[in-house]
Amino acid sequence: MNSPMDATANDVLGKLFSLDGTGDLLAQPFVRNALLAAALLGLVAGVLAPLIVARGMGFAVHGTSELAFTGGAAALLLGVSVSVGAVAGSVLAGLVFGLLGLRQRERDSVIGVVLAFGLGLGVLLLALYPGRASNKFGLLTGSIVSVDSTNLQVLVVVTILVLATMAVIYRPLLFASTDPEVAVARGVPVRLLSPLFAVLIALVTALAVPIVGAILVLSVTIIPGAAAARVTASPVVATVLAVVIAEVALVGGTVLSLAPGLPISGYVATIAFLGYLVCRIIGRARGQVRTG
Amino acid sequence: MTGPPPVDGREPAAVTLRGATVRFGARTLWEELDLEIPRGEFVAVLGPNGSGKTTLLRVLLGLQPLDAGEVLVDGHPARRGGEGIGYVPQQKALPEDLPLRARDLVGLGLDGHHLGLGLRGRRERNRRVDAALDAVGAGRYARSPVGRLSGGEQQRLRVAQALVGDPRVLLCDEPLLSLDLAHQRTVSRLIDERRRNAGTAVVFVTHEINPVLPLVDRVLYLVDGRFRFGTPEEVMTSETLSELYRTDVEVLRVRERLVVVGVEESGHHHDAVVPAPGGAAR
Repeated sequence: MNSPMDATANDVLGKLFSLDGTGDLLAQPFVRNALLAAALLGLVAGVLAPLIVARGMGFAVHGTSELAFTGGAAALLLGVSVSVGAVAGSVLAGLVFGLLGLRQRERDSVIGVVLAFGLGLGVLLLALYPGRASNKFGLLTGSIVSVDSTNLQVLVVVTILVLATMAVIYRPLLFASTDPEVAVARGVPVRLLSPLFAVLIALVTALAVPIVGAILVLSVTIIPGAAAARVTASPVVATVLAVVIAEVALVGGTVLSLAPGLPISGYVATIAFLGYLVCRIIGRARGQVRTG
Repeated sequence: MTGPPPVDGREPAAVTLRGATVRFGARTLWEELDLEIPRGEFVAVLGPNGSGKTTLLRVLLGLQPLDAGEVLVDGHPARRGGEGIGYVPQQKALPEDLPLRARDLVGLGLDGHHLGLGLRGRRERNRRVDAALDAVGAGRYARSPVGRLSGGEQQRLRVAQALVGDPRVLLCDEPLLSLDLAHQRTVSRLIDERRRNAGTAVVFVTHEINPVLPLVDRVLYLVDGRFRFGTPEEVMTSETLSELYRTDVEVLRVRERLVVVGVEESGHHHDAVVPAPGGAAR
């Protein structure tokens, strides 16, 4: 009864979901590095995600990640470290977006303009790069082999930096993000926190680009926060839940991608998205958040 | 809560303005404003749009520097983020998906402006937040998402948020705006109880004195840089208001309400103390 079409479908499924040799691969040092990197990224992304969602910064994060791609592409062409280029590009974008005007419409249009230009420039820079194509593709979709021990050290340092900063500014940042008028009245430096938070996002984004790729940074910096917001209004519970979703997506996605040898970003995004769907269904069933 | 040492045996006034002047460019908003508000007093700030009512609150919050004169809150020069101040904003519907529960909103009023995670003293913090919620009758929905509560419930929480820090001065910017009569009464009663029980001075900016008329000790009426400060009986008269507005104004007492005839009703204004940053404004 097997038609050729079914056979192809089975092939594709077999390719997507295979655990042949996953055990052996897990013993490899580069795989351990990748898993550690994924776990660290899940921690910081999960901590930031609820506030990114609360501040309505999804588009800004997307713009930041595209500029990380531009910076990485420029670094590739210039022969310097891609991570350094990505950090430079995204921090610059983060600062610009963090200092942007107050109106949503103005912010949207400026982010769109900068994003489009940055993406175009990045494509051009990649086209000029004479090296291997896999390096180019890695920037967009992420690549497991791109995590070496140097990356890992930088990742550990930045994770500590971001978590320490968040521990200090969390309360005023939550106040400024959810209740800006009263926050200003109580003396919270709202205008200072905005670019500071944008730089934290930029650092995490720059780290995420080599792992999940510029295109899919949103999957770990937005989806966990958006998912958590569907089931709880408690900032603490939302943060814990976002970290859990980000960890499951990143670590789980990495493991699943091993045997098939495919880019991890698809797996990560899919797991995160499934997490979002589950949270939406639970939220609706509990009537916690009305749908409009 | 310990206040500053009393000077010559007296409690310092909750709010003191001496020769206070604010200019925006060439325009003088008000000048030589002298004002002393003792503890426990309820002062209504009235006046047409643009007369500087909201700017007065900004001065007391330390967000707007004076061009001349001095301002003391609870005996200390007003400064940004100063302790001992509670602030109730205009009632504005909170976004439905705002990721805060009622008790989180109130908790931010207690320590949202502090750095650090505040992990020490959690128990004491929870106790104070619960007490503030109970005081306004909001204990029942303490764990509900704020965005899903009614306008009246949200404004009760605003009062709890302003009072949880045990302020000596409560600044209110049109807190009754767009509330129905029953909720207007509830919110003003809560504020009144507070100043009677705890001696908190209240500065209440409003365009409509009637809902709070029975509570008001004194009125500050601002018009075009001119002002009058006194009891409602002194200020809310045809003579005084005609002088302030420099046109014929008549004040009528209809039942228990004051009706001011001859000036354009300022209606609802929507100047906030601060524009909401786009980051969270939805």
